[in-house]
Amino acid sequence: MSNSATQVLFDAPGPKGRRRILLLSILSVLAIAGLLAAGLWQFHANGQLDPNKWVVYLRADYLAFLGQGLWGTLKVTAAAAVVAFPFGLLLALARLSRSSLLRAIAITWIEFFRGIPMLLVVYAFLLALPAFGVTFPRFWMLVIPMILVSSAATAEVFRAGIKAVDRGQHEAAAAIGLSRRDAMASVVLPQAVRLVLPSLILALVTLLKDSTLGYVVSYNELQFQGKTLVSITRYLVQTYLVVSVIYIVINLLLTRIALALDARMKARAVAS
Amino acid sequence: METLHGIIQYLQESIALLGDNLPLLLQGIGYTVALTLLGYGFALILGTVLAVCRVSPIPPLRWASAVYVEIFRNIPLLSLLILIAFGLPDVGLLLPYFWCGVLGLTLSSGAFVCENVRSGINTVPVGHAEAARSIGLGFFGTLRFVVLPQAFRAMVQPLVNVFIGTVIGSALCSAIAVSEITWVTQTLNIQSGRAVVMFLVAGAVYLGMSLGGAALGGVIERAVAPGGTGRCAPAPRST
Repeated sequence: MSNSATQVLFDAPGPKGRRRILLLSILSVLAIAGLLAAGLWQFHANGQLDPNKWVVYLRADYLAFLGQGLWGTLKVTAAAAVVAFPFGLLLALARLSRSSLLRAIAITWIEFFRGIPMLLVVYAFLLALPAFGVTFPRFWMLVIPMILVSSAATAEVFRAGIKAVDRGQHEAAAAIGLSRRDAMASVVLPQAVRLVLPSLILALVTLLKDSTLGYVVSYNELQFQGKTLVSITRYLVQTYLVVSVIYIVINLLLTRIALALDARMKARAVAS
Repeated sequence: METLHGIIQYLQESIALLGDNLPLLLQGIGYTVALTLLGYGFALILGTVLAVCRVSPIPPLRWASAVYVEIFRNIPLLSLLILIAFGLPDVGLLLPYFWCGVLGLTLSSGAFVCENVRSGINTVPVGHAEAARSIGLGFFGTLRFVVLPQAFRAMVQPLVNVFIGTVIGSALCSAIAVSEITWVTQTLNIQSGRAVVMFLVAGAVYLGMSLGGAALGGVIERAVAPGGTGRCAPAPRST
């Protein structure tokens, strides 16, 4: 990190500069505190800071209800990831294959599902297919669109990973007599998968975010559970804040893991 | 012959349906375009301001910007839109649903713009910033005349991706009752039962906007590429 441009945008400040930075720091702290205070005041003025409206989220049954939703979210995300990631890898291999037919299919699939909103795919399963007599359980109405959209995104992740493996590895594999297929399977892919691990965790974050569309298909995941809770308690802003904070915390943890993994790999690459 | 006849009849009815609902469809497309352009435009401004805060010498601004990015990068867009549209009225902030959508898209895309601007700044060779510093440019001078113009080149492609994210995200505004194209086509779909044609219309709008954005990004990238304008020598390729 020592040689990035952000480090040298300003000099180490002298006494005058330090005073100015201190002054500006105090001013910006005041401004930020003012913003937060205005927000809290807005809550207070509308009676939303009433403790009774918040402590319900510490009651066991409410927590259990939200926990049920969280369990649904995790289930849906895991199910989608387990199918979408290997499928994405296959799509990436198809896109890099020598058969132009396979390539065309993969490119069409990837560009299509990267270019349209997942909500539209969800509606296809929720509204369109039932009209033709094809219905799925709600779980799959959410998971299948997640798989379709995520497979396209992860295909690009895997493709970048495969391309990032050093050219010499292909050549070395060819030199010891491995076929193209064997070289890919036992030399290139193991390295590529390791390279893309951080990006795959970020793809998991995207899947987790997409699982909120359970709100639309009425599957019991966290966002929909929040909606149900609202219809019982009528505490709109509190419920949706609590739900949002849960999502942020989980995603923050996953992002942190991805960044740590990435840093470790870079450190290792430098060391070797 | 039977099926061919059926297909032709379906097509005729579909076209009639589209013709009947043309004003509604155009309004939906208009809302989608407006949501995307407003959300993305504001996000560019917000994201750049946040990125400048993030690299500034003032610690509280750096922290505030970092916290902002972590929150809005990790909140699902749908949760954010629902919170804004259905939560904020509880605290006395009543916005029309359309502007709730614009606000949600701006807040969310702004975090991604900030991240991309920041990593774009990091692609500028450190010597350039040092050179700018040594000829006496200050923090803003270095950013404005030396770092950002170069960083912009590296940022075009990531910013196109943020644009496509905004296009796709605008569909979620239909969940908060903004009558954009997803909402319009699905409402007509329920009324008429003609799913295929409705999905084709909606899909065409989104693919058109995503691909259009990507194509425009390519044009901009070539225009700002070193040597592209003929005013400066091409930079040596780094390996």
